[in-house]
Amino acid sequence: MNESAHLWLIPLFPFLGFLLNGILGSRLPRRLVSAIGVLAPLVSFVVVLSDFGATIITAASSCPNCGSVAALALPASETLSYPWLAIGALRVDFTFVLDQLSAVMLLVVTGVGFLIHVYSVGYMKDESGYARYFSFLNLFLFFMSVLVLAGNFLLMFVGWEGVGLASYLLIGFYFQRTSAADAGKKAFIVNRIGDFGFLIGIFLVLTTFSTLSFSQISVWLALSPDWHGTVLTVICLCLLVGAAGKSAQLPLYIWLPDAMEGPTPVSALIHAATMVTAGVYMIARTHLLFDRSPVALWTVAIVGAATALFAATIGLVQNDIKRVLAYSTISQLGYMFLACGVAAYSAAIFHLVMHAFFKALLFLAAGSVIHAMGGEQDLRKMGGLRTKMPVTFWTMTAAVVAIAGFPPFAGFFSKDPILYAAFLQGTGSKVLWLVGLVTALLTSLYMFRLWYLTFMGEPRSEAKHHHSTPLSMLVPLVILGILSVCGGWIGIERFSAYLAPVAAAHRPMPAGNPFLEFILTIVAVLVALEGWLIADKYYRRKPERPAQVAAALPNGYKLLLNKYYVDEIYGAIIVKPLLAFSKYVLGGVDLLLAGIAWLLAGIASMTGMILQRWQSGNLRSYAAWLAAGAAAVLLFLLLTGSPHAWSLPFFHSETIFKVSHITVIQNGQAGH
Amino acid sequence: MSFLQHDVPISWYLLLSAILFSLGVVGFLIKRNLITVFMSIELMLNAVNLSFVAFAYQWHEVRGQIFVFFVMMVAAAEAAVGLAIIIAVFRARSTLAVDRIDLMKL
Repeated sequence: MNESAHLWLIPLFPFLGFLLNGILGSRLPRRLVSAIGVLAPLVSFVVVLSDFGATIITAASSCPNCGSVAALALPASETLSYPWLAIGALRVDFTFVLDQLSAVMLLVVTGVGFLIHVYSVGYMKDESGYARYFSFLNLFLFFMSVLVLAGNFLLMFVGWEGVGLASYLLIGFYFQRTSAADAGKKAFIVNRIGDFGFLIGIFLVLTTFSTLSFSQISVWLALSPDWHGTVLTVICLCLLVGAAGKSAQLPLYIWLPDAMEGPTPVSALIHAATMVTAGVYMIARTHLLFDRSPVALWTVAIVGAATALFAATIGLVQNDIKRVLAYSTISQLGYMFLACGVAAYSAAIFHLVMHAFFKALLFLAAGSVIHAMGGEQDLRKMGGLRTKMPVTFWTMTAAVVAIAGFPPFAGFFSKDPILYAAFLQGTGSKVLWLVGLVTALLTSLYMFRLWYLTFMGEPRSEAKHHHSTPLSMLVPLVILGILSVCGGWIGIERFSAYLAPVAAAHRPMPAGNPFLEFILTIVAVLVALEGWLIADKYYRRKPERPAQVAAALPNGYKLLLNKYYVDEIYGAIIVKPLLAFSKYVLGGVDLLLAGIAWLLAGIASMTGMILQRWQSGNLRSYAAWLAAGAAAVLLFLLLTGSPHAWSLPFFHSETIFKVSHITVIQNGQAGH
Repeated sequence: MSFLQHDVPISWYLLLSAILFSLGVVGFLIKRNLITVFMSIELMLNAVNLSFVAFAYQWHEVRGQIFVFFVMMVAAAEAAVGLAIIIAVFRARSTLAVDRIDLMKL
């Protein structure tokens, strides 16, 4: 326990950064604010790396399927635990666990977080509220590391709520803009629905297992290997609701596109790379529960696949560069859920990590484009930026190719295992695989559409391009570009061998077939290539075609452009009835309550007005009342008899005599 | 000393005390000058002191006499503070008529 005490350091530094920048930031010079903000994630990153760097390097350099993997199979975890709550039989400790899963997650959070902090220094240079921005960003990292390190459900929930708060604060960073403030509220409220499910799930866990600790639950499950309960499925579905809220899955995804109102680096960090993956992380962390419930796993897989396809179709026609990326994020998170649903947890986490690289890069590059265009986000007004911003162009190209799934880029290595795992899970899952494949096609298509519209062709607007991109923005782009190219070379075998002690599924997995895997890989790459070719045809060779297609299918195009009218449907069936009910309460019930309150207040103020007259300010009248009162009391005592009935026993004459007697005797003795 | 107990019954002391107290009350109520009002308060305190002493003697009880010392102590403190207040009031308002010192009124 003592040698793990430094686990505190991981969340501590971002928290200190939050406090320093939050309290003193507005009075500090900007350089110091940036230094504090940037150093906090770096120090946390170094702490995690110093703990787990050695095992990661060993795992990365080992060859898969040979002896050194077996040596790593020990769960290398460190725990730090202090008592937190003890209520009756319930005991919840303040437990931090650093094992392979949380180490990988933390490295992504703090590493990518650090790069995005550096990028923010350049991006937010001219904004007011600079210190506020960095303090919120550090607050987010603090809560995210608490979430990831948490060794029990309750502490995880603390982090879970905390990142929701930080997300709200950062989406609404430009709070003077109504749309940004509304987007922040929307994200918070939709997340609250998910959190409600999560909370119910936690309560069910507590009543079922009498503990909230992940390790104790796994011990419990190991002791009863054949236990399957309906309650387990209910728990898993409740947890899924929570995960779907945080990770923007159907039907709770609606907050994420609106969250793009925040500053672009925030979209990159919170709404692409880290926070939205918390749902995937949570399912991977609690996979022992999901492993035992086929129904819940199927639900996860179906939700994931449906979200992936659904969001990808919307992404095809959006014109705001950040919205395209937002729907792309939702779609990729759907892939991760699909992977969780087919119990390929390490594939999900692998895709999570790779996605963090290339999606953060896509957002940062988009931010760089927006920065250069002077705030313009409409794809239709961009174009021809290839020569004007070469670094952004090349890094974004790497990210686009990576997300489209071309070898040897990161997305290829992480997406294929998911599709392969989905294909292997029996007959029903072939549909999931097919949906995943269609999504891969759409992903490639909309990403290359974005790429062509932004960088290729001729400039389509007179926007000024002489906003040069500062070095602090370019360096993170280049680093993330390198990671997007090379990150996948770790390989899923090494990665899952590394995660195996924590994330290996405890259920029978179908046997693989290398030839089948090869065929499927070829199919996936061909599909991605097809997506690129379609984009090339539509947006380079025949740029008039998209408009023709849209004109030929007006209803379909409108449906996609308006995002399937989901916001409107929710508005009609949930928000409107709620509003009507609230208005009824305001008009009817509230009026009654307010009436009672006004009546009580009226009585009090009337009494006051009457009593006020006594307070004449005339000293002699007060004195007269005093004397009259005293006289009245005396008279009352005289008329009702002995005063002893009202006096305390101490003043009874007998007691007085006894006391004085003792006093006299003592005095006499003293005199002798 | 015993003749005192026989010759002057306690009721006389109490009667004197009551008369002095009533005079104090009446003075307090009808006088307009703040200093006179103040003196009336002293008169009431001393009337009470008298009955304390009388009872203490009657019951052979030392605490009554102790109480008298406390009352005298408090009266002395009150006189010091009270006279200071009176001087301050006079400086501020140039009058000592209680009816005209009514700033506390709402």
